[in-house]
Amino acid sequence: MAQLFPRSSNSLAKIIIAAVVLTGGGVLWAAYTLNAGSFTTGVDVAVDQSIPFSHKHHVADDGIDCRYCHTSVETSSFAGLPPTETCMSCHSQIWANAPMLEPVRESFRSGKSLEWVRVHDLPDFVYFNHSIHVNKGIGCSTCHGRVYTMPLTYKTNTLYMRWCVECHRNPEKHVRPRDQVFNPTYETPAPNQSEIGPRLVAQYKIQSLTDCVTCHR
Amino acid sequence: MTKDSPQYWRSLEELAQTEEFRAFVEDEFPNRTPDWNDPTSRRRFLTLMGASIALAGASACTVQPKEMIVPYVRQPEEFIPGRPLFYATSVSTAGIATGLLVESHEGRPTKIEGNPLHPSSLGATDATMQASVLTLYDPDRSQTVTRNGNISGWGSFITALTEARDAAGLKQGAGFRLLTGTVTSPTLAAQIQDFLAGFPAAKWHRYEPCGRHSVRAGAVAAFGQPFNTIYRFDRAAVIVSLDADFLGPSMPGNLRYVRDYSDRRRAAAENATSPPPRLYVAEGTPSITGGMAEHKFRMRTSEVEAFAASLAQELQSPSSESSPDVRALAQDLSAHRGAAIVVAGDHQPSNVHVIAHAINQMLGNTGKTVVYTDPVEAGPIDEVASLTELVNDMRSGEVETLLMLGGNPVYDAPADLNFLQELKKVKTRAHLGLYSNETAAWCHWHIPEAHYLEAWSDARAYDGSASIVQPLIAPLYGGKTPHELMNALTNQADRSSHDTVRDFWRTQHPAQDFDEFWQISLHDGLIAGTTFIEKIPPAVRPAALSVARVTGLEIVFRPDPSVGDGSLSNNAWLQEMPKPQNKMTWDNAVWISPTSAQKYGVTTGDVIEIAFEGRKVDGPVWILPGHADESLTVHFGYGRTRAGKVANAIGFSAYALRTTAAIWHGSGAAFTRKSSGYPFATTQHTQTMEERDPFRAATFDEYHQNPEFANPEDKHVSPETTLFPMWGYEAHKWGMSIDLTACIGCQACTIACQSENNIPVVGKAEVAKGRHMNWLRVDRYYEGSLDDPQVSYQPVPCMHCENALCELVCPVAATVHSAEGLNEMVYNRCVGTRYCSNNCPYKVRRFNFFLYADWDTQSLFGARNPDVSVRSRGVMEKCSYCVQRINTAKIESEKQDRPLADGEIVTACQQVCPAQAIVFGDLNDPNSRVSKLKRQQRNYGLLEELNSRPRTTYLARLRNPNPELEKG
Amino acid sequence: MKPEDQESTNVATLDPGPDKIIGPGHDYGTVTDEISGVVLRPFLKTPPQMFIGFAIAFILVNLLMVAVTWLFVRGVGVWGITMPVAWGFAIVNFVWWIGIGHAGTLISAILLLLKQDWRTSINRFAEAMTLFAVACAGMFPVLHLGRPWLAYWLLPYPNTMWLWPQPRSPLIWDVFAVSTYATVSIIFWFTGLIPDLATMRDKAGNATTRKIFGVLALGWRGSAKHWARYQKAYLLLAGLSTPLVISVHSVVSFDFAVAILPGWHTTIFPPYFVAGAIYSGFAMVLTLAIPVRRWYHLEDLITMRHIECMSKVMLGTGLIVAYGYAMEAFMAWYSGGQFERYAFVNRMWEGGYWWTYWILILCNIAIPQLLWSRRVRMSIPAVFVIALIVNVGMWLERFVIVVTSLTRDFVPSSWGTYYPTIWDWSTYLGTIGVFLCLMFLFIRGLPAISIFEMREVVHHNAESEHAHRD
Repeated sequence: MAQLFPRSSNSLAKIIIAAVVLTGGGVLWAAYTLNAGSFTTGVDVAVDQSIPFSHKHHVADDGIDCRYCHTSVETSSFAGLPPTETCMSCHSQIWANAPMLEPVRESFRSGKSLEWVRVHDLPDFVYFNHSIHVNKGIGCSTCHGRVYTMPLTYKTNTLYMRWCVECHRNPEKHVRPRDQVFNPTYETPAPNQSEIGPRLVAQYKIQSLTDCVTCHR
Repeated sequence: MTKDSPQYWRSLEELAQTEEFRAFVEDEFPNRTPDWNDPTSRRRFLTLMGASIALAGASACTVQPKEMIVPYVRQPEEFIPGRPLFYATSVSTAGIATGLLVESHEGRPTKIEGNPLHPSSLGATDATMQASVLTLYDPDRSQTVTRNGNISGWGSFITALTEARDAAGLKQGAGFRLLTGTVTSPTLAAQIQDFLAGFPAAKWHRYEPCGRHSVRAGAVAAFGQPFNTIYRFDRAAVIVSLDADFLGPSMPGNLRYVRDYSDRRRAAAENATSPPPRLYVAEGTPSITGGMAEHKFRMRTSEVEAFAASLAQELQSPSSESSPDVRALAQDLSAHRGAAIVVAGDHQPSNVHVIAHAINQMLGNTGKTVVYTDPVEAGPIDEVASLTELVNDMRSGEVETLLMLGGNPVYDAPADLNFLQELKKVKTRAHLGLYSNETAAWCHWHIPEAHYLEAWSDARAYDGSASIVQPLIAPLYGGKTPHELMNALTNQADRSSHDTVRDFWRTQHPAQDFDEFWQISLHDGLIAGTTFIEKIPPAVRPAALSVARVTGLEIVFRPDPSVGDGSLSNNAWLQEMPKPQNKMTWDNAVWISPTSAQKYGVTTGDVIEIAFEGRKVDGPVWILPGHADESLTVHFGYGRTRAGKVANAIGFSAYALRTTAAIWHGSGAAFTRKSSGYPFATTQHTQTMEERDPFRAATFDEYHQNPEFANPEDKHVSPETTLFPMWGYEAHKWGMSIDLTACIGCQACTIACQSENNIPVVGKAEVAKGRHMNWLRVDRYYEGSLDDPQVSYQPVPCMHCENALCELVCPVAATVHSAEGLNEMVYNRCVGTRYCSNNCPYKVRRFNFFLYADWDTQSLFGARNPDVSVRSRGVMEKCSYCVQRINTAKIESEKQDRPLADGEIVTACQQVCPAQAIVFGDLNDPNSRVSKLKRQQRNYGLLEELNSRPRTTYLARLRNPNPELEKG
Repeated sequence: MKPEDQESTNVATLDPGPDKIIGPGHDYGTVTDEISGVVLRPFLKTPPQMFIGFAIAFILVNLLMVAVTWLFVRGVGVWGITMPVAWGFAIVNFVWWIGIGHAGTLISAILLLLKQDWRTSINRFAEAMTLFAVACAGMFPVLHLGRPWLAYWLLPYPNTMWLWPQPRSPLIWDVFAVSTYATVSIIFWFTGLIPDLATMRDKAGNATTRKIFGVLALGWRGSAKHWARYQKAYLLLAGLSTPLVISVHSVVSFDFAVAILPGWHTTIFPPYFVAGAIYSGFAMVLTLAIPVRRWYHLEDLITMRHIECMSKVMLGTGLIVAYGYAMEAFMAWYSGGQFERYAFVNRMWEGGYWWTYWILILCNIAIPQLLWSRRVRMSIPAVFVIALIVNVGMWLERFVIVVTSLTRDFVPSSWGTYYPTIWDWSTYLGTIGVFLCLMFLFIRGLPAISIFEMREVVHHNAESEHAHRD
């Protein structure tokens, strides 16, 4: 009786097997890269704000300290966003009628708050406390990156749990002297990190807190 | 069962052997309610649907939705975003104030605490106060001024009111009537007096549905003037309660009384030298106080008077005729002259109070354990008479304008007054209230009232201390205070309540330093030096005893154990709080004793029609051990028609049977059985211990003879049982101790926990299925005879076992152990296998079978604690030892680079507890309070034999029975 | 063909009785025709019972769809589970199905290694049943989760949380045990199919059918080389899956044995779960084989011999299970453990579910004893009914273990009760529908009896007959 399949089906079969394996791997790889990419993480993606506020200008050019605006960073879980008053304390004199700043003046007149889009947005089941990190020698730039270079603010870290835990397990890799915490240009790990790290951890009594309830409750 | 092991028995139906009971036993599965029978669940259903679909959508995407930050325009000075602030204020229950400290997050009050500086609180609160924050955000509160049911405005109301007033003014205010509850606010009283001065013919009526009518009458009868009585339980060795529930929420000062009483018991347990108090209770309806009694004399409520009389008789001239109980009692009392207290119940007729006053004087307790002061309320009068007068005047058409400051007489006035019928005859009727309730429905005008957390005011505590009520938030629905209404009546409509209150106190304290004085008063929450000074009353006039034997079936009226007089019925936390006596939720029932139930052939779940004084009401029966025979107890607070979504159409209204003649109880009631199988929703079905002993008790003497009684050999498991080294907890080692000797079972801890930890409400049908969510339950066990059992209460939170069984079986490590010994539950990791709950021997875990958390009602979000996750559908949850508080305290101490002080971390249940029965702390610190307590020999762990090594342990219950009566 | 052969094939459809595993007069051709005939006959020639059966099963499948949709919309609360009974029908059904899934591998693998030639005509069938049962079982662990969309968290995979599953939890062991079992069973089953698929390819009438079978046959030519390798592979797989028969249900039993709950915390669980599994597995094989045999007139291939052997296995495993029950009860009493003792007092008479326990004893221990009698074993209806009863009994066993134990644990105050809701039942019946659907499709679409192995049987018989003659 006649052959059911042509000879070529032998090789076809082999090709199909190979194809299945390759596509399978390919799909996994694609998924992984997509997941790690800024499309999902939002890393390095500048966020549009109602006012194009530039940290680069205010920090690098004007040399304003972080705490001038983020007042409660040392005392509260929330670093704090400046009330319109704070903006107006300068902008009632300089750029007093720049059209770009009209929303600020409008807010000040009407008493209606400015609205900013959160750049570093943790899930609601994560309880992060700025004050304790700052007090234990974890600098702003450690998590927020070189904010002084950012015309528009974006995150430089995924804020994934893996990223948090990495530091919670090895704080000595990231701790810096307390007086450097608000230094925007300070880089961790510092060249002598391996030397100062353990020392500061001991000095500041830093516990590596990896209990779930440290952040989730 | 042997003598020394107390007999704890199963749900009482098992003991009883009659047919009815068998029938009930054979219904092996109580609480069978198909949820379509249940309106609450039917209502919830749609919301759940919507929400779960929304959830399904949300869970799909990994990238979070855009979130906005909205900073202030001008930020308040003292305010740091992300940190709570605490303000002192005070809450009034039936007019009497209790001092509070209220936690506020970003300007919204979230948690009620007691004010440690306040004499009637000392830092404690009760369940009702805890739940009051939910009432603040209740979306069912009335939100606009209405005229004949249509939306109107404050302005037009003022006009209408002034017109009515001026019309009355022409005849010196005749025809103008004011109806309030009991008023203790000095400011309001002054305002009312001002008004009455201008309109001498106008009248001010007072009526408090569950007020202290007979207490007042008793004092007047005994001393000729309405003295206020204060008890000093810290000085009392022997306490006789004549149906007085002084530990329960209905008696003013109860929080302080609980504290004093349990302090004394605790002291006695901690060192043998200080004598424990002994409590005798004569009562018909089992109360919290009755549950604590060493000796309970079970009698009908109407027989207490005779009992009191015979006791007085026995004390004057001991005779062999009188019953052994009375004799033993009298001996014990006379053995403790000056250190004894005889308390007459708020709900007992005035005669009983007269007798109590007489006995206290006779024993020389006056001025020592029993202290008299001026009355707390302004213008004390017989409120029942006052209301009756009002109704009579309405009937005769004398009343043209009736202004009601709060209250709900259409619902809660005695039935024989036909209040509603007469009310309709009044030309202008205005009502101020939190809710547009049954009364508002029949008023031309209704004005939304400001919740006490929105209002400026003041009020007096049980001992007269004037307490400030200051707002934590602007009125959510533009509510007004009584002060503002009175201002409107006195032509000062634009004068704010703040100014009114402040100016009043300026008149009381005209010194230069008033501002400072005011600041201090606001900070402390009470005004220094306003506590009433002690008065020496005249000799008690002998009472005209009316010891006529009561005949027929007795009916007893009481405020509901959870929702009280009904003004707070619409509070879902209170509705779902298991009532201490029977663990029932979402209902009121007709309580009856087992013996009477057999006699009349009814059983739990039967619906009966009660007939009393020609009025009829249907209600379901609940057989309650320890209840007096030939007596029915019905509770107020249910059967509301315009309470709100939560409370409408649940239970029956006991007010419909109440008459001016029988305000608290009456005889000659009758009932007929109509149907059976009423579905109750209870949280505990079995009261037996099955020869197990989760609850361990002994007398003080037994304890001193055998201090190890709570830790028998077979229960003890040594740490060496395991081959593995135990984890060394270096930094901290959290633990909790619960003193069963102090605990009175009031359930305040349950609600405090609910408020602190955003615990959802699930509704009656779900509770009936056994799905209630309270993290901290209070177990109730019966002991001894069916008719008159000893009741034992045991609060059960998570035990935070060191060898936690739940952790072993969780497949995703959603529940794990912290380095400080906390048994962590990570909601966002939980996938909901529920294996942990199966393996938890204490069954303290709670599961979100549906989306129980309310994601739809915006206004309720305000009540949530921002430091605790709101759990979603399908995750397990349980007591966390208030880890949010632990973390906050740790972070503060770390920042200040100092060690944590003992007592710096206070869990919600510990903070609320009036008996201070719960203590939390660090077991690594040998000097911490909790370590010391756990070193006591009566300390034992629940199910320790499983080697779960619970961190929460109990101090066994100690009792101090009278040997005389023990023999009998 | 000679005329006498002709008539011998006619009588061949009669049951040859208990000593034979194949009817008389069968040669390679007749065997092949008879088996492949089931599949290759025209669609409308399918026995009407098949249509009716499938229709019913399909309705049940739709019921499952509704039930699951409702479950996902509202949450597991639609079931009767509550506190303290946090596990209900879902877990009961899971264990029940897994148990049923045991017969297949046992028959194919272990009986193969033991050279039990009577297995040949039922093994294919049993393996298919195994796969479908495991498929049904596999649904429940996911369905019963509070948040089923996160079920993948039970798998170890690199993730952004730096978290792994918790390896001490028996549920994790389940994940691996069950998935391994499913995989190996599929491979084993398909490998077994290959020569027959080739046969079908060659016998099939129209081109499409041939092409389909052709692809599935993976180019099998039946050359000596093929056969040599095939036998090796098949034997290896048999060896590989043998330990699984033991492991899977042992692991499932750990779900309970590892927990501390009285009534679960029992060391005898692994062996007696395995025995119970085989017990229920064989019961299910019989439940399915008896009607199919009837509808397709396969009495001469699935003979009384088979029925009897399976009955005996049931009897045997049934006795092991009985021993298990006895031991459980004995240890509860002998341990003197207060909680253990009460758990059994409650299970047997005090609790609300005492009757389930006694029905279970009746179904799993009392009634199956009838199988001691050869007359019962030889009576098709009797065996069928007993098989059904055992299925019910084994389901009740899991109910008693899971639910009754949970209703009464340590602290009396938290004792509760459990009432299954309509959604519990729908889900359960639904999976039965899925199972039957797949079964019907399998019988109609693939050779339900191993052709080539039956040929071997014919071959052996022929040889033994030769021996007789000489």
